[in-house]
Amino acid sequence: MTTLELQKMANEVRKGIVTAVHSAKAGHPGGSLSAADVFTYLYFEELNIDPKDPKNPDRDRFVLSKGHTAPGYYSAMAHRGYFPVEELKTLRKVGSRLQGHPSMHYVDGIDMSSGSLGQGISAAVGMAMSGKMDNKSYRVYTLLGDGELEEGQVWEAAMFAGFRKLDNLCVIVDNNGLQIDGPVDEVCSPYPIDKKFEAFNFHVINVADGNDMDQLRAAFAEARTVKGMPTAIIMKTVKGKGVSFMENSVAWHGVAPNDEQYAVAMADLEKVGEALCQK
Amino acid sequence: MSEVKKVATRESYGKALVELGKLHENLVVLDADLAGATKTGLFKKEFPERHIDCGIAECNMMGIAAGISTTGKVPFASTFAMFAAGRAFEQVRNSIGYPHMNVKIGATHAGISVGEDGASHQANEDIALMRTIPGMVIINPSDDIEARAAVFAAYEYEGPVYMRFGRFAVPVINDNPDYKFEIGKGVTLREGTDVTIIATGLCVNSALEAAEKLAADGVSAKVINIHTIKPLDEDLVVEAAKATGKVVTVEEHSVIGGLGGAVCETLSAKAPTPVLRIGIQDVFGESGSAAALLQKYQLDGEGVYQQVKAWLA
Repeated sequence: MTTLELQKMANEVRKGIVTAVHSAKAGHPGGSLSAADVFTYLYFEELNIDPKDPKNPDRDRFVLSKGHTAPGYYSAMAHRGYFPVEELKTLRKVGSRLQGHPSMHYVDGIDMSSGSLGQGISAAVGMAMSGKMDNKSYRVYTLLGDGELEEGQVWEAAMFAGFRKLDNLCVIVDNNGLQIDGPVDEVCSPYPIDKKFEAFNFHVINVADGNDMDQLRAAFAEARTVKGMPTAIIMKTVKGKGVSFMENSVAWHGVAPNDEQYAVAMADLEKVGEALCQK
Repeated sequence: MSEVKKVATRESYGKALVELGKLHENLVVLDADLAGATKTGLFKKEFPERHIDCGIAECNMMGIAAGISTTGKVPFASTFAMFAAGRAFEQVRNSIGYPHMNVKIGATHAGISVGEDGASHQANEDIALMRTIPGMVIINPSDDIEARAAVFAAYEYEGPVYMRFGRFAVPVINDNPDYKFEIGKGVTLREGTDVTIIATGLCVNSALEAAEKLAADGVSAKVINIHTIKPLDEDLVVEAAKATGKVVTVEEHSVIGGLGGAVCETLSAKAPTPVLRIGIQDVFGESGSAAALLQKYQLDGEGVYQQVKAWLA
């Protein structure tokens, strides 16, 4: 896809996020929106996947370690063809396949159930390790939140991945700077994130703007060239990106918009969409 | 009497992994810096490329096992019961139990018979913890023969299995040609009419010894070996309770939530029966030799005999 096409798709993914969370009257829009661009880039450009063949043993894997941003994940998957976009409105409702946090038993294409922070990265490391043992060429990607880095298990997994030289593993950190209780550097600072991953024997790529498709493209292209060590892409993002009143706001970590706010949010995104169409 | 053969079930676990590893290339063993103690070192020696030492990081090991299992391999994640069920409980629950991963957990050094290391390492709560996870199979073998059979059955079974092994060498009691292991099926080892003693793990031997002593007193005790605590062989338990009217459970585990808990939950619903729960009486253990501790906590043959006798009186 061209950058413009990816940008347009990311905007559609954002609409799906806002719609799903509004319909559920619950969920996590902030971190879903900050990661909407990387979800889009992964599912429309980077991952070697086929929605019609979701269990192909040679497919690339993706583990959403920050499982609470399921709305972003689901929206990207729906737009990619794993299930109808309309189904996003069933998010978090009884009987829905779209659980509050991703469950692999409900939706083919979800490679790992997640939601309890710090655990997804270990499963991703296991998938990468298995691929190495079998000389498979698939790659494994996992997305973590910056607050999630406070979990000790993340560093157990990172130590193992660095030691085992898992160059088929790409860890992505969504550094939107905010967690539930406030800014990450006021709650229990994970900084410096890049130096930590370097110390755990990762190749580190800092992305200045993780909401910029060209920068994401450059980062993932570089990650593919890295041999002998896993890669960590640390991307600075804006929490709530794309919805004016949600941007950089702790308050929108885990709250759904009411009808009025939903209308404003969708108008914001429509405006972005129209501007992209003018390009 | 000739010398009884004794084997620690952790040893049986290590040997069975080697046997199975020869048969199945997709079997991998994970370990957390305890390959010597859990006896997975035997597998490591034979198949170094399929043995993954995760270092002292049990939570990560459980997650790695979950990830590996999604690629078609069958991981056996091994560490002490304290860390497998205790420290990594939530990883086992969320990364293995909830997605119903085909992961086998080999938990060694269970119970008070860990001995000298003391209470910090004596897991008397692991069965209770694992029982609360939907879909988790829990096997607590009584001897070498049963432990080997359990490992083979766990491999064949599709889904998560928690296997509990001991550090202490215990008598081989199932060495007979008719022995058959089936997940979820209890084994009646001795018929009796006055009381049923339901035991698991190394306490099965204690139950048999106690039944012998009770017989000398004129008490006829039925003895059942429950190697699979979940799913529990409810039919066998209910049938025995109805036949004898009194039930005793014996386990090297807290009397809360383990075999005793499982039996009481079943009987209270299906056949209310007085039950005496023999086990660790809601206390922490202590250092000492395994034999001395089993004696002190009344889990050896004599201890079980005395408790049953007092209860029946």
